[in-house]
Amino acid sequence: MIADATPSAKKPSSFEVRVLRQDAPGEPGYWERHLITYEPNLNVISVLQKIAALSTTSDGKTTTPVAWDCNCLEEVCGACTMLVNGRTRQACSALVDRLLEDNPAGIELRPMSKFPVLRDLVVDRSRMFRTLEKIKGWIPVDGYGDRGAGPRESQENQEVRYPLSECMTCGCCLEACPQYAKVELFQRSDESDAEFAERKNQAYDQAFIGAAAISQAMLFNDHSTGHMNADERLDALSAPGGLQVCGNAQNCVAVCPKNIPLTTSIARAGRQLTGYMFRKFFDR
Amino acid sequence: MSKQRVVVIGGGLAGLAATMKLAELGIAVDCISLTPVKRSHSVCAQGGINSVNELTRQQGDTEWHHFDDTVYGGDFLQHQPPVKEMAYWAPRIIDLMDRLGVPFNRTPEGFRDQRRFGGTLFKRTSFAGATTGQQLLYALDEQVRRWHAEGSVAMYEGWDFLSPVIDEDGRCRGVVAQNLVTMEIRSFPADAVVLATGGCGLIFGRSTMSMACTGSAVSRAAQAGAKYANAEFIQVHPTAIPGADKLRLMSESARGEGGRVWVPRKPHDPRDPKQIPEAERYYFLEERYPEYGNLVPRDIATREIFDVCVNDGLSVEADRQCVYLDLTHISREELDRKLGGILHIYEKFQGVDPREYPMKIFPAVHYSMGGLWADYERTPEGGLQPGSPRNHQTHIPGLYAIGECDYQYHGANRLGANSLLSCIFTGLFIAPGIANMFKSLKESATDEKFVSLLRGQRALKQLEHENLLKREGGRENPYVIHQELGDVMTKAATVVRRNDQLTAAIETVNKLAERVENCSLSDTGNWTNQNVVFTKAVRDMFPVAKAILKGALARDECRGAHYKPAFDMPGIDATDPAEHRRQAEAWCDKFEEKNRKWLKTTIASIDKSGEPTLSYEDVDTSLIPPRPRLYGLVGAEVIEQVWRERQDKKDSQSNDLKTKESLVASQT
Repeated sequence: MIADATPSAKKPSSFEVRVLRQDAPGEPGYWERHLITYEPNLNVISVLQKIAALSTTSDGKTTTPVAWDCNCLEEVCGACTMLVNGRTRQACSALVDRLLEDNPAGIELRPMSKFPVLRDLVVDRSRMFRTLEKIKGWIPVDGYGDRGAGPRESQENQEVRYPLSECMTCGCCLEACPQYAKVELFQRSDESDAEFAERKNQAYDQAFIGAAAISQAMLFNDHSTGHMNADERLDALSAPGGLQVCGNAQNCVAVCPKNIPLTTSIARAGRQLTGYMFRKFFDR
Repeated sequence: MSKQRVVVIGGGLAGLAATMKLAELGIAVDCISLTPVKRSHSVCAQGGINSVNELTRQQGDTEWHHFDDTVYGGDFLQHQPPVKEMAYWAPRIIDLMDRLGVPFNRTPEGFRDQRRFGGTLFKRTSFAGATTGQQLLYALDEQVRRWHAEGSVAMYEGWDFLSPVIDEDGRCRGVVAQNLVTMEIRSFPADAVVLATGGCGLIFGRSTMSMACTGSAVSRAAQAGAKYANAEFIQVHPTAIPGADKLRLMSESARGEGGRVWVPRKPHDPRDPKQIPEAERYYFLEERYPEYGNLVPRDIATREIFDVCVNDGLSVEADRQCVYLDLTHISREELDRKLGGILHIYEKFQGVDPREYPMKIFPAVHYSMGGLWADYERTPEGGLQPGSPRNHQTHIPGLYAIGECDYQYHGANRLGANSLLSCIFTGLFIAPGIANMFKSLKESATDEKFVSLLRGQRALKQLEHENLLKREGGRENPYVIHQELGDVMTKAATVVRRNDQLTAAIETVNKLAERVENCSLSDTGNWTNQNVVFTKAVRDMFPVAKAILKGALARDECRGAHYKPAFDMPGIDATDPAEHRRQAEAWCDKFEEKNRKWLKTTIASIDKSGEPTLSYEDVDTSLIPPRPRLYGLVGAEVIEQVWRERQDKKDSQSNDLKTKESLVASQT
């Protein structure tokens, strides 16, 4: 349903935005209220920009600009994911008109709950990039010299791979997943950056990899060259924190902003893994 | 000497291509990026990537044609050897991206599919759905992650480049950068630094570019002594969706499929557009260009939309520039079939169904053709010398610039689907040059000798940062100053440029540059302080903004994206054949004179106070002689004929000369 944006439609003169703020990792969160003058065509990003320029709360107190993550504002970079009125989504495509239609009381912004908060609405999603490394999410080519074109590919196969390749690592699927739990570690005073990074990676590697990474494993297993290393990816999927953790809640596919067939990928990963286990058993 | 390292700043197509190629050559790389690299602006490119291919070859296409189209499209302002090299490399680059797993669209037989793009007659563009940039970026990101897993690439995502570190000999020895979360400032020693930091669209306030495209990194390099070239060449796309936060691209196919552009004759008419009768609508493209109507070329559409809003004051909205792009007369079924994808973008971000209501659109800054000046080494055949350390080096030895942040390849206007190519090409091509440069380096930036230099530069930036946090200031707000800068720049230096407006804009920008020094920060903390990062970026927009304005003011001609009505060369309309011919001769004389004066690269040197001084450099046009771009001009045929005759005469004269010379040579 498309919102009616004709000038005749009734709009408020202002609306309230409640933001769950947090000054640093591990600190308690607190709510802050901002009164925003209504303008047509606002989205959550422009609301946050207004808060930054105002630097006062709705009761007139001076405050710091809310920190948030964003870049492209076209729903392709995946940076600005947050909870808008309780729903995980990109802030750039969250339109104020529609949000107020659903909830005239105002707009509520919270950081994603499954990732450590760095500040306010900015979260650390490095665990997602780590899982891409775990599943060896790349085509292991021989080098970057001139070796002619890549393998021929059917339209059908391209149409299977293309949507998977649109995954922007935004984290919506993980936020919505009941099996995906937050992993948050704090640097010890005697720990170097490298040591801390190593400890984080170890913790990440034990935890559930989630739908995004499983789907990426399928993307590379579907490519003629990538297929040569399919077994390594299946090893990663059967390791601790792998495919077996999935509880098939199907929330991931419901919230994916790119409509990626995540549950199809998970099912296919399951079949590939079963076949692989059989092969491994008989090859012993 | 300890192991040599390269720092790459920027994780878009260019930065990642450089990183993976350097890693392949066994060089240790630190890749520093403002955002996680997968979120770089390259992800936004939709259209595709150009190269000659087997299919177009059979139709007579060659690398040379691709080269020629690029040079003609860029109005001959680019040095030709780098463009030639890029065109000749292009097929290999598409092949490589194909091997890396990019899901390019396929033909039924399984080959890569190609489409046609503006500025060429051949189906030269490979594409992956409507998200080619995203797919290419991810493929490079995956390769870099592979090298990272193997330990040869270190990733610093979420770091802001503050300055290059330059030793007493003027050589770049590393960078200082700041962590955006912890606010830690650190120096990174490097034997070569590669800047791949993209465009500077945010100087215009809002643009089609991402929020990271502030131009602050190039400004910091320019303030440290690198020179900035062709700043005034900014590409503006005619139709974008004006949003409160950014401007989003609306493909030109909406006009191609019958969209009509209009504004209400009464300024800011508050009525529902559908209630405004035909007689009270101003279909300005159809009235002003009865022959072409809404299908006027891109640059003309851009200029007219701008003109009707800014100069005639007929914008649809009072406080925002926009015109209607109307598709409502076309049936829903037809629209969905032909334009479904792009209409969905409008629907998603405007919350309005463009099948029911006319879309509101306006031209938007889209690409910076200018950027850091970068060197190259020419071969006798007119290509680039592979492996030369000079390729893409700025005026600071050891500091390189590639991708959108350098000024090569696109000249005065960029050809569609060439930007992705230039980014990947430059990234891959410079790596062997850097490797060769390392062989001749006697010292490494990681040597003991440079420790105090790197430490000192770090301390300097730390002090600047702390002073900024402590500053009482004059209560100026950086977000407001950015908005004002954007307004001035958009009004004076985008589509139509007039010297009086540019002069006035320089004055306003100078005042804003003084005011930005009086910003007080609302956030004085030292943890994820986006306020201080943004304030620094806004401050550093000014030297580049001034270079854009000064360059545009000085350049008294029309060339590519730079249009000055006062120096336009209109077509010829005499009916008497002799007079017609005479006018064409006069037109060509004027064109030659204009090229003698202005077929030059503008080079801005930025002084310590951030003020640019301009100088000019000749363009290498030795491979394809410049010719007039006559698209849509009245009397184009006769001008072209006169021009060709002159060219033939010149050629035969030079041939005569060559014959004479060889005769003399054989006699002596």
